[in-house]
Amino acid sequence: MEAFTTHTGRAVPLRRSNVDTDQIIPAVWLKQVSRTGFDQGLFSAWREDPDFVLNQPQYEGASILVAGPDFGTGSSREHAVWALQQYGFRVVIAPRFGDIFRNNSTKMGLLPVILPAETVEALQAQAEQDPKAEITVDLGERHVRSGDLVAPFEIDDYTRWRLMEGLDDIGLTLRHADDITEFESRRIPWMPTTV
Amino acid sequence: MGRTLADKVYDAHVVRRAEGEPDLLYIDLHLVHEVTSPQAFDGLRMADRKVRRPDLTIATEDHNVPTTDLLKPIADPVSRTQVETLRKNAAEFGIRLHPMGDDGQGIVHVIGPQLGLTQPGMTVVCGDSHTSTHGAFGALAHGIGTSEVEHVLATQTLPQVKPKMMAVTVNGSLPAGVTAKDLILAIIAEIGTGGGQGHIIEYRGQAVRELSMEGRMTVCNMSIEAGARAGMIAPDETTFEYLKGRPHAPQGEDWDKAVEYWKSLRTDDDAVFDKEVVIDASTLAPFVTWGTNPGQGLPLSESVPDPAAFDDPTDRQAAERALEYMGLTAGTPLREVEVDTVFVGSCTNGRIEDLRAVAGVLEGRKVADGVRMLVVPGSMKVKKQAEEEGLNEVISAAGAEWREAGCSMCLAMNPDKLTPGERSASTSNRNFEGRQGPGGRTHLVSPAVAAATAVTGRLTAPADL
Repeated sequence: MEAFTTHTGRAVPLRRSNVDTDQIIPAVWLKQVSRTGFDQGLFSAWREDPDFVLNQPQYEGASILVAGPDFGTGSSREHAVWALQQYGFRVVIAPRFGDIFRNNSTKMGLLPVILPAETVEALQAQAEQDPKAEITVDLGERHVRSGDLVAPFEIDDYTRWRLMEGLDDIGLTLRHADDITEFESRRIPWMPTTV
Repeated sequence: MGRTLADKVYDAHVVRRAEGEPDLLYIDLHLVHEVTSPQAFDGLRMADRKVRRPDLTIATEDHNVPTTDLLKPIADPVSRTQVETLRKNAAEFGIRLHPMGDDGQGIVHVIGPQLGLTQPGMTVVCGDSHTSTHGAFGALAHGIGTSEVEHVLATQTLPQVKPKMMAVTVNGSLPAGVTAKDLILAIIAEIGTGGGQGHIIEYRGQAVRELSMEGRMTVCNMSIEAGARAGMIAPDETTFEYLKGRPHAPQGEDWDKAVEYWKSLRTDDDAVFDKEVVIDASTLAPFVTWGTNPGQGLPLSESVPDPAAFDDPTDRQAAERALEYMGLTAGTPLREVEVDTVFVGSCTNGRIEDLRAVAGVLEGRKVADGVRMLVVPGSMKVKKQAEEEGLNEVISAAGAEWREAGCSMCLAMNPDKLTPGERSASTSNRNFEGRQGPGGRTHLVSPAVAAATAVTGRLTAPADL
């Protein structure tokens, strides 16, 4: 996973609530067995509309998505995170996220930032008025800055550390392989096996 | 202080707890399917890692599989490659697989309970958000992404932060004609698609106790649609009765020990929930969604809502957008909404009781002219049982299509899909834009409402026939 410390970029305002992962990447794209090429599938149904915000030239190259509440609800497909990253997003800002999407994001180094609805609205309005305006997302300081606006956000210490170091969870867990073996020795014996 | 059911199951699985770190939770059962696993197996290969516990892992082919012509190769080459990739991975890593055509094949959340692999007090995960289904047994079960699938394959554990606890208590009994699906749709409409976010929901109360295991699975299945990762119901005699004698259920002395343990899996009287919702079952009626998220639902007796009536600007905007996508006009009685297709199936409503409910309505009736009805059993075993009971004959005689097992039109990864603008009444779990095919319009309903709707061609409850 690529480490995330601080990121400065331009924002795309996505004024929709309940953007489920079926919209982020429709199911037809999930048939791939590789981890690449999902950028083409990002919001693929909505991108058929020429007015859709990602089709507007002023937002080309933007790397921060600013969305309405309940972003990433629904299906557990991590392909949604891959699609956003491969398209060029490093951060998604929203008032509330679907739990699984948020969890998947932090496994991959896409930073989900929760800000109050009014702040999200202000950032969307700014991106609409001045698409060149830059936003800085500082994970070390746990805040988002843009012009005069400084908005703190919460993220637990452990996830922050893991993201800033770019650490892979499996490697961290395998440091405790002895604990797992010990736990297995005291599992309830009649628990089922699949064999 | 007392503990909740979820606390008890969670606490019993903590491998390691350290200040300032997530808990490491042991996983008792890992369900695998073809869509969310290929990149995880690739990750294992790249790091030269093995599957730690193939004996706690089971795989099936469900999302992509066609529901006709099982003996022919899958026509879509991309789907075929994905299914073949799962076969290679299962063979290489030593994982039991139920492939297409096998009599144990089916939707991952149907075959786990069917085999008796899902038991009270277990932790169950799968790269699929509807893993919450298994919570019906008093298991702690939730969906995970592909990175976590790889993590569980490699370590049989997951780093977890304990979620908050939420109680949804349904007092009284469901009125006649109101089913588990109506109940969960009403709950989601009540608490919203984000209402359970960050929580495990425990469903309690008389109406929940009175549900069959299959009804409980329908309720827990859609917990994710209320934003919760998991839903749970305390195990009781209904649970034990369902499990007894299943292939992987404990036997003999082990059975007695298991039941004794399972009986302890209930929320203590003095336990405190972080959030509580109470619902009066007697107020519930057949329910249907009108919009593009599962929280946009109403009793079938009502009309398409007017977006202007929503106080919250976000809800108003979402309703406007939903009506536009759905091609609906505010004020139209829901009973007048005409459908083109009826889909019965999915991990929500693809079990034997669902098919019995459908056949019960279709008996002696015909699917309306111009309506296509697909009935897709949740597993090959469900299909076989339905055929033994003669349900397929009733369903076929009514003019519906009787298919092979799979996820099918719930998410349209196989050839079963809506065409743009086509409208369905569907027993599945998601009415998202394009979920059943690009441009398709979905109304979520119970199996009984689906069958009655097929008969009239309009959204209809059996009592209206």
